[in-house]
Order: sequence, then C-alpha cells, then structure tokens
Amino acid sequence: MTRAFHDLGGEPAGALDRCEHPTSFFEKRIDAMLMLLSDGRRRLIRVDEHRRTMEQFGAELYWSLPYYQRWLHSITSLMLEKGILTREELDARMAEIRARYGAGGG
Amino acid sequence: MLGWLRFARVTVRAGADMRARFSAGERVVVLDRVHSGHMRTPVYVRGKVGEVVRVVGPMLNPEQLAYGFSGAPGKMLYRVRFRQTDLWPDYSGSARDCLELELYEHWIAPEASRAGGTQ
Repeated sequence: MTRAFHDLGGEPAGALDRCEHPTSFFEKRIDAMLMLLSDGRRRLIRVDEHRRTMEQFGAELYWSLPYYQRWLHSITSLMLEKGILTREELDARMAEIRARYGAGGG
Repeated sequence: MLGWLRFARVTVRAGADMRARFSAGERVVVLDRVHSGHMRTPVYVRGKVGEVVRVVGPMLNPEQLAYGFSGAPGKMLYRVRFRQTDLWPDYSGSARDCLELELYEHWIAPEASRAGGTQ
C-alpha cells in the first residue's frame, strides 16, 4: 500500500503541543473567507475539495506552510482552478497591494 | 472554530433509495487497494478487521466531491469499530479499548473474504 504524505496515523510524531495560541487577525480573515466561499449560498468550495487541494501541494510545500497558510493556498488554487479568479487578476491585485504598502521590488 | 466544524462535517446525505450491503454486528475487513486521488480511508486501518456498529446512511461520495463533481450516486457509510490492539501491535492500553471510524461501502468487504487475496 502507498502512504500519502498527509496520512500520518501511527507514524512517530513526538510530543503534542497542547498550548492554545491566540488567533491572529490574518488567520481569522482566512477562516472567514473559507466559510463565506463554502456557505450554502455560494458553495464554491467543498471540504473535500479543500482537503484534496492541500493533499496535492506535495510534502515539501505542505510542511513548509503554517496551518492557515495552507488554507490560503488551497483557496487560491481552487479559485483559479474554477475560473473564479484569473492569475492576471490575482497578480494585478497583489501588485496594487504591494505598491500601497510601499514594499520594494522583491 | 464553529464555522470550521460546520464546514468540515464530512458527509452529505445522498438519495435514500440505496440498500446497505452490511448490517450492524457484521465483521468486515478494510480493503487494501491501490487508489490514486483523494480518499478517506487511512493506511493504518487497511487490511484490519472490525465490526459494523451502525449503518450511517447513504452519503455523497467524497472521492468525487473532492474534484468538483456532484458526488452522486452516493455511497453507503458505516461506523466500524476496531480493537486498538488489532490496529497497533505495541498498544499498551486496555485490551477493551476501541477506535471507531466511518468508512464507505466500497472500502470494506465481508471478513470471510479476507483470506481470498486481492479483493
């Protein structure tokens, strides 16, 4: 049988970090986006699509991202995949935001 | 996280005109077969024998929902109970400890078919 990288049941994992951590505004926004995109009115993302998309990241990207960053990447991928956003629209908006915050060309 | 819990409710009820192949009390083996793409049967339970606790009902198929399809026709979903000592060879807790998983009908077979090889 083949074990996908996200299928961890029974693998050694060390001690659990049981500490709660405060949710940042950024994380709350991502949560809100996913809830709105998946609500009964819009139904643009199903939980199974969300999981499948994160499974498709590959181990390297998946493990390099914190929890809510995975959500953000999944939302972005699904919006592009479904043609709700185009890469051009996304790039243009990102450039606009970078300019607004005066970020350098990096 | 309430929103997430609502969102992550794994199953969506499908049409009711579907017969359950297994019933409560029956012993079943989890199939260990090659499957590419999204599925919800973890590796640690493959090939293990458990007991059907209850028939949950027909649900839209998550393996199809995952790719934007309708998930119809649904798949029958079962709650299956495994002994922890059957799942983990080095389990040190009580021999009565159990784990329950919800599994779709196409991932389980009668226990009797276990010796039969490549089901």
